[in-house]
Amino acid sequence: MGCIACIAAMRDEAASDVVTLRLRAGSSIPVEADTICPDLFIGRSEAEIAALPAFYGRRQVTLGDLFEVDGAYSDHIVMWDATDDPGGLRRVKRIGQRMSRGRIVVHGDAGMHLGAEMRGGEIVVHGSTSTWAGAHMAGGILRVDGNAGPMLGAAYPGEIRGMRGGVIFVRGSVGPRAGERMRRGMIVVGGDAGEFSGARMIAGSLFVFGTLGARAGAGMKRGTIVAVNGRAEALLPTFRYACTSQVTFMRVYLRRLWEHDCQLPITDAHVSGAYHRYTGDITTLGKGEILIYAEH
Amino acid sequence: MRAARLIITAVNEQWAMTAAQVTTGFATSVIACGCEAGVEAVLAPEETPDGRPGVSVLVFTMGPKGLEDQLIRRVGQCVMTCPTTACFDGLGETTRENRLKIGGALRYFGNGFQISKKLEGKRYWRIPVMEGEFLVEESFGMQKAIGGGNLLILGQDNAAALAAAERAVDAIRPLRDVILPFPGGIARSGSQVGSKYKFLRASTNVAYCPMLRAQVETALPESVNSVYEIVIDGLSETAIRAAMRVGIEAAAQAGVARISAGNYGGTLGQFHFHLREIMGTQIHTDTR
Repeated sequence: MGCIACIAAMRDEAASDVVTLRLRAGSSIPVEADTICPDLFIGRSEAEIAALPAFYGRRQVTLGDLFEVDGAYSDHIVMWDATDDPGGLRRVKRIGQRMSRGRIVVHGDAGMHLGAEMRGGEIVVHGSTSTWAGAHMAGGILRVDGNAGPMLGAAYPGEIRGMRGGVIFVRGSVGPRAGERMRRGMIVVGGDAGEFSGARMIAGSLFVFGTLGARAGAGMKRGTIVAVNGRAEALLPTFRYACTSQVTFMRVYLRRLWEHDCQLPITDAHVSGAYHRYTGDITTLGKGEILIYAEH
Repeated sequence: MRAARLIITAVNEQWAMTAAQVTTGFATSVIACGCEAGVEAVLAPEETPDGRPGVSVLVFTMGPKGLEDQLIRRVGQCVMTCPTTACFDGLGETTRENRLKIGGALRYFGNGFQISKKLEGKRYWRIPVMEGEFLVEESFGMQKAIGGGNLLILGQDNAAALAAAERAVDAIRPLRDVILPFPGGIARSGSQVGSKYKFLRASTNVAYCPMLRAQVETALPESVNSVYEIVIDGLSETAIRAAMRVGIEAAAQAGVARISAGNYGGTLGQFHFHLREIMGTQIHTDTR
């Protein structure tokens, strides 16, 4: 052991731009790895990262048992599937849970609870993700190139509020109950959204560029659900038609969304066009709104 | 002084300008109007938050409290009431103590049906109105600013003085960060501090009134028969210097006997703009 300055100097020398985690081997056993978190990696050497705990089924193991770890002292994590098991990362749950900084890039599909309770930083998934991605998210950005499973940005059972900040972009489609009990923040879905999207929403915004599933906004108090392309399955009878008009705030939002992700199918017509406005759910507060783009 | 920048957008430039002109109406002097305000620039759709044509407006007051009060009144009565408009903060990020709660105060007009939207740390209020909705930012930035930069254009006759003042205004208008709060950018009734009447804080600038030449200690050369003042408020000393320089360059033509500036005994404020110094240095000008 040397002095603190020497340790710091050694750490700087050992620091890498990214920490790479490559899944060692294929398996059908689920992995729980909430230790894959930039907040935990930033202050640790390669050996210390490899020693972080994880669960392989019900057995406690280390990250080093499951992944080849390369890199240290970085809050930028890159994850790769095992060479013999494409899609293996789909079994790895809780990646980036509670993260507040840094960046995680997942090359492949990610497992359940991806970015749950995250407060900052960014997660990028070059694949799809499973249930509960971004659950209780409070900040940061979560980008998914593929599809997302049910309960995206939702609240765990028994919890009052779901997502309360940050932004979730999903290029593909999402399962049922996206944004359930959402309190704040924004979810953008490039494809279709399943049933009960925005159910029991308290506030926040949910943009759907594909088809908005049936019973959207069930029980919502406030908040905005937008069917940007004008495609929505039957709304609940507890939503009432209000008007068809241009919505100024959509101009601000859609312009910013396009700057975030220029691959979103946003046209000038979406920005300047009119939207049908439905308000509800009148079984609760009734101050929520569903906006459905009105064809020209 | 303190200043805020409003970005007013509308369905077209005509309505944005209408709102801007009404908002900056009766705003020539902080003493009598509560604030000094003017149109800073016409903005292209690419320059505005909602992608519509816009106009940026600068509002100046003596202090923060007065600025908040004026903005609430003017945005509420002049922008919100104007068809198709929306109103955004144009100063960008400022410290928490330099934020003025404008939309946050106007939202109550929504009578409980106002909708809050938070995007990237900025809160917007959607206030339902008969036309549709009025979108306004929760808070507006405020910064220290300078008021009362001025030029006095001393003409041999009224026509020459007015033409020179108009040329100066045309030259200054394209500059950013400055406004000319008086009608058409020109004041014909420049004032001096104080009055023989106790109830009046300012009175006509007797030293520059040609018709009083024989009755008071005049500042006018023999050949001068008409004087106009151009008052310049700016967000920075540099912006005002730049405006004064281009104004002087444009005004200095035949028929103008002298170009001066009122310094009111040096008591008007901490910033002194010496004309010869301004004309002797190169100043970068940011045009709109």
